[in-house]
Amino acid sequence: MRKIAIYGKGGIGKSTTTQNTVAGLVKMGKNVLVVGCDPKADSTRLLLGGLAQKTVLDTLREEGEDVEIDDVIKRGYGDVRCVESGGPEPGVGCAGRGIITSINLLEQLGAWDEKYETDYTFYDVLGDVVCGGFAMPIRDGKAEEIYIVVSGEMMAMYAANNICKGIKKYAQAGSVRLGGLICNSRKVDNEAEMIQELARQLGTQMIHFVPRDNMVQHAEINRKTVIEFAPDHPQAAEYAQLAAAIDANEMFVVPTPLEMDTLEKLLIDFGIAN
Amino acid sequence: MVKKKDYTNGLPDPSQLKEEILKKYPRKVAKKRDKGMIINEPGKEQEILANVRTVPGIITQRGCTYAGCKGVVLGPTRDIINLVHGPIGCSFYAWLTRRNQTRVPEGGDNFITYSFSTDMQDENIVFGGETKLKEAIREAYEMFNPKSIGIFSTCPVGLIGDDVHAVSREMKAELGINIFGFSCEGYRGVSQSAGHHIANNGVFKNVVGNNDRPREGKFQVNLLGEYNIGGDAFEIEALFEEAGISLLSTFSGNSTIESMEYSHTADLNMVMCHRSINYIAEMMEEKYGIPWIKVSFVGAESTVKSMKKIAEYFGDAELTAKVDEICEREMAKVKAVVAEVRPAVEGKLAMMFVGGSRAHHYQDLFKELGINVVSAGYEFAHRDDYEGREVIPNIKIDADTRNIEDLVVSKDEELFRDDLATKKSELEKAGYKFSDYVGMMPEMSKNALVIDDVNHWETEKLIEFYKPDVFCAGIKEKYVVQKYGVPLKQLHSYDYGGPYTAFDGAINFYKEMQRMLATNIWKLVDTPWKNEPEIVGSMTIDA
Repeated sequence: MRKIAIYGKGGIGKSTTTQNTVAGLVKMGKNVLVVGCDPKADSTRLLLGGLAQKTVLDTLREEGEDVEIDDVIKRGYGDVRCVESGGPEPGVGCAGRGIITSINLLEQLGAWDEKYETDYTFYDVLGDVVCGGFAMPIRDGKAEEIYIVVSGEMMAMYAANNICKGIKKYAQAGSVRLGGLICNSRKVDNEAEMIQELARQLGTQMIHFVPRDNMVQHAEINRKTVIEFAPDHPQAAEYAQLAAAIDANEMFVVPTPLEMDTLEKLLIDFGIAN
Repeated sequence: MVKKKDYTNGLPDPSQLKEEILKKYPRKVAKKRDKGMIINEPGKEQEILANVRTVPGIITQRGCTYAGCKGVVLGPTRDIINLVHGPIGCSFYAWLTRRNQTRVPEGGDNFITYSFSTDMQDENIVFGGETKLKEAIREAYEMFNPKSIGIFSTCPVGLIGDDVHAVSREMKAELGINIFGFSCEGYRGVSQSAGHHIANNGVFKNVVGNNDRPREGKFQVNLLGEYNIGGDAFEIEALFEEAGISLLSTFSGNSTIESMEYSHTADLNMVMCHRSINYIAEMMEEKYGIPWIKVSFVGAESTVKSMKKIAEYFGDAELTAKVDEICEREMAKVKAVVAEVRPAVEGKLAMMFVGGSRAHHYQDLFKELGINVVSAGYEFAHRDDYEGREVIPNIKIDADTRNIEDLVVSKDEELFRDDLATKKSELEKAGYKFSDYVGMMPEMSKNALVIDDVNHWETEKLIEFYKPDVFCAGIKEKYVVQKYGVPLKQLHSYDYGGPYTAFDGAINFYKEMQRMLATNIWKLVDTPWKNEPEIVGSMTIDA
């Protein structure tokens, strides 16, 4: 089984990219488990056709200790298994601790039992790695491959670099490795070249360049992935390619995060700062 | 047995010991510890490094901020429900461990025998614990009907951002009783000292001044920083009562929140434990004009000195005569016991590492018995407790100190006691000392080794070097020290003893020292392998 976590700056399109990629893998006949690690619990919406998922933490709170695996895992598009970790409402409690609790519970309940023959687990993690809880999926050998969703916008690249620092830290103690950058285009000048260069300097690759297309929004409004909503659209093919690239990926590295001025120089060299 | 060093001509120079202790440390640690260990020279200005972070890895005696706030300052007060917001351990391990006693009048409230906690679970950490806290407050109110409830924050509360102050305000409005919170998370300071300051601020803001009760006594005083461990406060109260001094409130041994509410109607504040309570004394003077003096009722001579100082403050002939009479009568009793005990213990060696004032106060009791204090230090004190209050303007305010709120207090135009301010300035002209604490170091012998925040390594080296007859500290040190064949007297909880304050307390302490020191039993505690290098055994094999 391959265990993958998707990170990236907030709003960059992690959930959309993850779900479309998962849909692509499902189409290839893979058996996938998606674990949403965002307190908003919207990481599996496109796969389930809506926010019908009861979160692990809500279930734990309501049912007490008597929780069954079927209470928290729901089947979605192409039989993909979906879990939402959930968490507190904004401004209270500790969402990070929630993720730790939730993943531990899933393990105890046997979400990765051999009978499921899981090929892939995807962890879709909220925003930046702000604290220990959000790093949970890359600790203790939970996720072993990380893909960072990034665009040519400066703050997105800055966040990607920061996430690499987190990966480097945990990579030294464990098995987690960086699998590559996924460029989710914002139509910035020289975007593909710049992200390729960023990837090179981080010691990794740009695994796929996903062009910007309104079809993604159309599909989202209909609570579907592009692959399900418009399977013949060119954007569906892009996600299928991304899924295939991840499936075939063999490049797993400990990243070498950039110094701040190196990162800024990169932006200048590629014309953004002008 | 090693031959005792002869200290009749003064204490030995411990420079070599200090060097040996420091040699073991990494360079940076040694540099820091060097400044925390002073070879005392009275009369010379010596600066000690205190109230700074303990180096990780060192086995310290210190406790946490929550312990200082909940356990020390508010813990002994009987009519308030001290509700701990946090996992159960923080509440359980702070439950009456200091042996604070209290006497409940007929029909009065006493909650100190209970342990109140919100018992936070994983779920409360994830989703926030404010709802559970509110439920706990309502439950406590319904079951016990208290007049006030204090909320104490443990570490996770600060991490997840539960707002104990907002919850307190809301519940205060709902239930109509005084409810207030303390942001005293364990990690807020370098030791429990931060917790004392936080407790002082909270009590001053939420309690002091709530009841302008009319005068009831001729001489109204408060006793600050006396926590009634082993019944200490009972002894002092009895003295005041006999002398005709009205003790309005004690912060906080054998005391009530109710009495703290009218404590601002006092004529004088007396500070016992300077470290834990000087903040309130200062704030009460600024707001209400009540002067404060440093007193100590640990030691018979100190008690006489303190009682006479109080009488001098009031300048009343009748009171002075009464105080003199009590002191004379009691000192006669005390002297008789000293005469009996002293020959058996004189010349013995003591060391004490405890608190923010006890390591100083108890030296007086030892002096009365002719016991030499060779080394002493505090667990959580600041420089002023070592060197005297005059160094306060020169104390470096570091980031850890800034982390604790410093209340800005202004004069209460209506209640400010101009008469007391005038009295103070007149007495000061005559040489009477107010707001004064000389600190521990000026009162210790030359060459005594003063150590701040002593640790286990240093303790072991001290015992090897001095071979003391008694070591005073707390439960965490007790059995390690006793395994060296040195009896340890707990000065936090008094083991099972006390009271040790005032005259009868002093007598108690002398007898305790006689029991502990005039015996050879500790010299008989020795490891068998010292005499018999090998343990011989035999084995039979059934063939």
